[in-house]
Amino acid sequence: MDAPAQTVAEIPPLEIAGVQLASRLILGTGGFHRLDELAAAIEVSGTAMVTVAMRRVEPTQQGSLIGVLDRAGVRILPNTAGCFTAREAIRTAELAREALETDWVKLEVIGDDRTLLPDPAELLDAAEQLVSRGFTVLPYATDDPVLCRRLEEAGCAAVMPLGSPIGSGRGIANPINIALITERANVPVILDAGIGTASEAAQALELGCDAVLLATAVSRAADPIRMAAAMRAAVEAGWLAGGAGRIPVRTWAQASTTPEGMADLA
Amino acid sequence: MSSGITVNGNLRDDLEPGLSIVDLVTRHGLPEEGRGVAVAIDGEVVPRAQWSSTLLEEGSAVELVQAIQGG
Repeated sequence: MDAPAQTVAEIPPLEIAGVQLASRLILGTGGFHRLDELAAAIEVSGTAMVTVAMRRVEPTQQGSLIGVLDRAGVRILPNTAGCFTAREAIRTAELAREALETDWVKLEVIGDDRTLLPDPAELLDAAEQLVSRGFTVLPYATDDPVLCRRLEEAGCAAVMPLGSPIGSGRGIANPINIALITERANVPVILDAGIGTASEAAQALELGCDAVLLATAVSRAADPIRMAAAMRAAVEAGWLAGGAGRIPVRTWAQASTTPEGMADLA
Repeated sequence: MSSGITVNGNLRDDLEPGLSIVDLVTRHGLPEEGRGVAVAIDGEVVPRAQWSSTLLEEGSAVELVQAIQGG
């Protein structure tokens, strides 16, 4: 067995459904104002996989998103953003599979348009149907250990619990639940949604998540490129810290140097 | 007389029955090989390999979608 990783260069790749990804940061492409800014953020973040959405062709659309992503050499993960039913999500996944020649899908089935929280019943239904149709399913889920276990049992290739609502920037609202999920999962756990800044991305990895998926935290930051660099460093730091065996939390101070051998200066 | 072909919910008098999906895609300024583009007719996804042999008919309801920034 390999020696445990002790440096950034030794962090092993993220593996999903037998595919290795060189980065544990997955970047959503939403919210970037310009394609050149997106391209720069992808490069600086070091990401190996980015998400896209599927929408009707509009006459006014500008530039080639796919061209930018293909030139960056990243894997493209289509999502089913905006779907409220299993039926819609399955149709969208089928369109995406044809458009992008991938059977991977970030499955989103939203249950409420103000919180954008997942609809667990529709999500599980859609996941089961997509798995049976040969898709590699990465479901965006609530931070519910039971739902995540059910999604894993349904054959999902990863589970993606939220930290807090999409775009809220509130970080990880329930770290206890995230730790319960990572403790028991047998598929990669990807913290998806709610991340606002780098410390929260690091926390996700410290809690045992295998990767983080974020978009708004970078694309809507005042300086997206600088935040992309910060997220890369945070994910690496969090992964290393998570496996480094942190000290226990104590109520009282514990001196790192004992009084033994003190000079008598009284 | 209208052929009743709709694309993304819009009635399209400029599209006539007999046009292929490849014709439809290129008329929208999209690349013929269609990377990032998908088509459904009457709710059924049309595999890209069938784009040149699938023809629009009277009353076809077409959804023409592409990958955009998101997620």
